[in-house]
Amino acid sequence: MMLLLHMSQTLDAISLNELVEISAISNDAIAPKLSEMGLTKGQKIKAIFKAPFGDPIAYEINGNVISMRKEEGMQVEVQMA
Amino acid sequence: MKIALFGNPNTGKSSVFNMLTGLRQQVGNFPGVTVDKKQGSIKTPNEKHELIDFPGTYSFFARSLDEQVVKEVLNDSTHPDYPDAIIYVADAANLERNLLFFSQLYDLGFPIVLVLNMWDRAQQKGLQINLELLQQSFPDAQIVTTNARVSIGKTRILTALDALEKKERAPFLAFDRQQLQSDQEQTLNTNQRLEKIRALGLVQQRNTPAPNKSTRLDQILTHRIYGYLIFSLILLTIFQFIFSFASIPMDFIDGQFVRLSDWCSHVLPEGVLTRLIAQGLIPGIGGVLVFVPQIAILFFFIALLEESGYLSRVVFIMDRLMRPFGLNGKSVVPLLSSVACAIPGIMSARTITDWKERLITIFVAPFMSCSARIPVYTLLISVVIPKTYIGGILSLQGLVLFGLYLLGILFALGTALVLQFLVKNRTSGYHVMELPDYKNPRMSNVGYTVFEKVKVFVTDAGKIIVAISILLWALATYGPSSRTAALKDLHQTQAFKNANETQKQELDNSLLLSQSYIGHFGKWMEPAIAPLGYDWKIGVALLSSFAAREVFVGSLATIYAVGEDSDGQKRLVHKLKEEKNEYGKPTYSLATGASLLVFYVFAMQCMATLAVVKRETQTWKWPLIQLLFMGVVAYLSAFVVFQILV
Repeated sequence: MMLLLHMSQTLDAISLNELVEISAISNDAIAPKLSEMGLTKGQKIKAIFKAPFGDPIAYEINGNVISMRKEEGMQVEVQMA
Repeated sequence: MKIALFGNPNTGKSSVFNMLTGLRQQVGNFPGVTVDKKQGSIKTPNEKHELIDFPGTYSFFARSLDEQVVKEVLNDSTHPDYPDAIIYVADAANLERNLLFFSQLYDLGFPIVLVLNMWDRAQQKGLQINLELLQQSFPDAQIVTTNARVSIGKTRILTALDALEKKERAPFLAFDRQQLQSDQEQTLNTNQRLEKIRALGLVQQRNTPAPNKSTRLDQILTHRIYGYLIFSLILLTIFQFIFSFASIPMDFIDGQFVRLSDWCSHVLPEGVLTRLIAQGLIPGIGGVLVFVPQIAILFFFIALLEESGYLSRVVFIMDRLMRPFGLNGKSVVPLLSSVACAIPGIMSARTITDWKERLITIFVAPFMSCSARIPVYTLLISVVIPKTYIGGILSLQGLVLFGLYLLGILFALGTALVLQFLVKNRTSGYHVMELPDYKNPRMSNVGYTVFEKVKVFVTDAGKIIVAISILLWALATYGPSSRTAALKDLHQTQAFKNANETQKQELDNSLLLSQSYIGHFGKWMEPAIAPLGYDWKIGVALLSSFAAREVFVGSLATIYAVGEDSDGQKRLVHKLKEEKNEYGKPTYSLATGASLLVFYVFAMQCMATLAVVKRETQTWKWPLIQLLFMGVVAYLSAFVVFQILV
């Protein structure tokens, strides 16, 4: 369990082209928006490129490219796929 | 029947709308909000229907202003736009997520046509969609496939509409909208829906897809050096077009209206009505149409950028830079366009979906120094700023001009910074945004956008502009009856008798303006503008230039009885330099000149901007606040500048 916790990261911190799986989305006001855009638990997601100041970041999920600010990515917990 | 067009953003929904309605479409607003409503008529084999295009949304649960409209209309069966049936446009290459909103609408019980658009792109991506299974999952929906970008599928949609029938149906997933109030419940329902849709297994990946070309392009277009470089080049091109090339058709329109006005004065019988038409109405309409080239050109480019998918990359690379000011990445285009003219700039703020960011952009845009300020700046600079060179190279006059532009930009950003704490947000600001694949822009969609924007400006803002310009014309042309006596006195003077015909006309015009209602008003308000270093003549020029800033130059030329031709400009500069106040000091001292320059940087001296802000915010509240705010800032800063320099 400790190991799992240790391995979990949030979406804003993953490195480019690393495929991860969404494990949880925090109960923030942004949560409904994220789910509408297809970000739900169990979905695979990958950061593909970043804006010039490292924020926002573009992710690929289900063949779509979605851009998110770091503060929004922080609401999404991921683990190694 | 009333038919609503729904769908996620970037699904080619507007292509479907344009394909179905052609030119039989008009733009309005949904009641009470600033969300565009496009409407058109369509004819199925059996019937004629009315089609309403709703803003692209991802879900029934509303967050942005656009989404609010969708929810409000769907929740109120007495709403004038409540649909009898729905056409839902889905991106076939992105089916599962697109089915979320569709399934919600399906469960609300509307007769519905599901249009799987961009069918070719789904094929290219190697996606195989099980249509039979899709039909089984939503048995009461009519399902068609289209390729609206190349106008394929129109008859299929129309035939499917005729086949719709209203009947009770079993929901795809229980959807009691009264119960789904909280964020958590909504998210839960959304997640269940998406899970159920994905579990259907509608889409199979046939072969490994080719590497995404868009992502490769994005490596360059969002690059920290090339990305900004390319964006700057694009902006520079747009700017070049609206700043320089637009002046060709603008001068033409201007010239034609002057000729039309002259022609009317000659042909129609002399009288009040003729003067109203020739000098009030025709120049007023000309004053509206003169903006058309800039609006058309700017929206041509914006539509091109939006259609191609590039505009969302602009937001992506500019977000971090604009965020501290409460502005959107998309604010860059409206703000920079405002350096040419705030009218198209403010109209282009429509591309910003967040209401607060859009409002702030609209509010600060007129602080950017537009091209109408240039004649005012150059006149005043050549009168009060000496033609010296700093260190032998840097022109002082040029430096002052640069400073004025900078002042406007800095103040616009500063105001935005403050406003983000003052403007209440109707919805929470977020930036979770789709970056659609790059596409070749569809030129007919670009054409529709240009046509629609020009039409909206001419019909909506045009009315206000014509009305105000006729009012200003009347105030400057008519005056109390004492004018006739003053004119007689003038004609008795030796100076008048010695003058030639042109000079006589100029002296007459000067007297008539100073004795007009505006002239009297200028004298009456002299005490109020004296602390800024202005006399009543400047007051008159300020008042009449509310029509448009460049009128300031023409008004001064009339007051000082010099012609308006290129030679007149030199004579005007000379005259202003010679002009003495009651103490025998120059009226146009450095202090007064600088005070006026600063005044023109800040003041909302443009009725057309006011009219456009009214149209874009759908209320008089914002243009009036803006007028007041800009006026107060202009007055106070002109006061400070004058008092320091005098």
